[in-house]
Amino acid sequence: MWVALVAPLIGSVMMSLSFGAASLAPSDVGLALLSRLPGLASLDPGLSGGEQTIVFDLRLPRLALALLVGASLSVAGVVMQAFFQNPMAAPSIIGISAGASLGATVAVVSGAGAGIGFAGLGAVPVAAFAGALLVTALVYVLSRRGGRTPVGVLLLTGIAMGSLMSALAALVLVMGQDPSRRDLDQVVYWMLGSVAGRTWTHVLVVLPYIGIAGVLTWIFGRDLNVLTLGDDTAWYLGLNVEQVRLILLALSSLLTAGAVAVSGVIGFVGLVVPHLMRIIAGPDHRALLPASALAGGTLLVLADVVARTIAAPTEIPVGIITSLIGAPFFLYLLHRRREYAM
Amino acid sequence: MRSAVASVMGEAVLEARGLHCGYDGVEVVTDVNVALRRGEFLALIGPNGSGKTTLLRALAGRLSPASGQILLDGEPMHSRPRQKVARLLAVVPQISSPPFEFTVGEVVAMGRTPHLGRLQGERPEDRAAIERALALTHTERLRDRPVTELSGGEFQRVVIARALAQEAPLMLLDEPAAHLDIGHQVDIFDLLLRLNRDEGRSLLCVSHDLNLAARYCDRLVAMAEGRLAASGAPAEVLTEERISELYRCSVRVETGPGGRPRITPLSALAGVDAP
Repeated sequence: MWVALVAPLIGSVMMSLSFGAASLAPSDVGLALLSRLPGLASLDPGLSGGEQTIVFDLRLPRLALALLVGASLSVAGVVMQAFFQNPMAAPSIIGISAGASLGATVAVVSGAGAGIGFAGLGAVPVAAFAGALLVTALVYVLSRRGGRTPVGVLLLTGIAMGSLMSALAALVLVMGQDPSRRDLDQVVYWMLGSVAGRTWTHVLVVLPYIGIAGVLTWIFGRDLNVLTLGDDTAWYLGLNVEQVRLILLALSSLLTAGAVAVSGVIGFVGLVVPHLMRIIAGPDHRALLPASALAGGTLLVLADVVARTIAAPTEIPVGIITSLIGAPFFLYLLHRRREYAM
Repeated sequence: MRSAVASVMGEAVLEARGLHCGYDGVEVVTDVNVALRRGEFLALIGPNGSGKTTLLRALAGRLSPASGQILLDGEPMHSRPRQKVARLLAVVPQISSPPFEFTVGEVVAMGRTPHLGRLQGERPEDRAAIERALALTHTERLRDRPVTELSGGEFQRVVIARALAQEAPLMLLDEPAAHLDIGHQVDIFDLLLRLNRDEGRSLLCVSHDLNLAARYCDRLVAMAEGRLAASGAPAEVLTEERISELYRCSVRVETGPGGRPRITPLSALAGVDAP
């Protein structure tokens, strides 16, 4: 199983580094990568200075960020599905991503995130985290019915909450900008999601959030398994349910916020990937979480390759690609599963 | 013979004292004093809405008392860590459909949760407990089936197997035979009786089936409108007067096999029960 996940990952990495406005031979890119490892300098295929810049300074950080964001959104989706005991939950579907983007845009517009460097960019993920946490908690409280979260109530609450958060985020962006140069590009970027033009700074800013939250989530794998059996059963099996729920709430919000802070709202990754991985890796979270992280990274890297090559030299926001794949998948799931009747 | 066992039964292992509890300020259980004694097989009976499930959830520590106390081995349950309580007390709740496609084997293995640390793998004794639980409930052949594909009766047995894998000396069961045909009902109650007699497990079982409760249990506790209405040996509790009062229907009570009461419902319609 792991080979089936790692092989596509490597393939997508090579495609991501090779394809784009300037196409390079994947073999050259591969050799150039290897030549940077200690003791393998002799493999250097002799890329030009410009090509080196494209691969190592433009595409590699963008690739790293896409991997991180895809993995993060997928793991967040897995956690939310267990948290809500409902396989239709995902960050972008129930408004969590929109909440994070509201937090992030407030930070950007207020100037907290405008400064260059670590400290300035650091405010964006923190604000995104606050927004994600707030929305998750609100959706949870509003859609709980007698200890369960019915899928209809969850989805409708999440859609309404997501619309509200998106509208607020757009309002903040439009009103908050300098009137002389108001433009909607920023709005489009936050609403549709993109990893274009990302640098190593972006990667380093969110890596600690996503990395730590990801590892902690995996440690709670057994708890996630037990939680899917329902709150009462989880309690009877010795889980301090309310406490574990709070931790999971924080972790899934952190994962979503980390992704949104650097890439805007990229939809449906957290829904599509966990569903496919349940088929391949099974529902046990101790395997499902790492499998979803790998596959989520692969999916977003591939979507990003499509986003920047399909209409080259114009770049399409990658969120459009994931929604084009994810929305029909979501409809298919709703249609297929009888128990999702409202 | 069973009543002789009952008379030498031990001290209270799980006890509600002056218990009041409910949901959102609405009191469902009022001033209940009840004790499960060590080695006892107790049935909790009463009409729909009389507070049986609420009392069971309170006894399991899931529902905090509004006032009064739940004592486990003489100590307040809420002062103990959850994981330790779950090693002593297993619960079989009313079943609801599972949302994810875990296999039967995986679900039963989750019964070991209270015995394992977050990152600890299954030990040989864990695997032995799981195998034993599967064997006792005749669910071995279902091991690799997703629980989402089981019938209600099959899933009920899996839930019981999960509780058995917990290897707790106390078990609380909410309608463990509700979804089963008569053959599986007898299977489950025979299993419970075996666990009670051979292994000394203390069992409390909510049941709507008065005949099964009378056949298998040492003692019956009846609830009505959130209060305790009666407690005693099956023949003492299950009289025609009390049943008609509790359930608002006419029954005939005769003596069945083993000297246990046997209850036959009588129709209110003319002619149905005519000779």
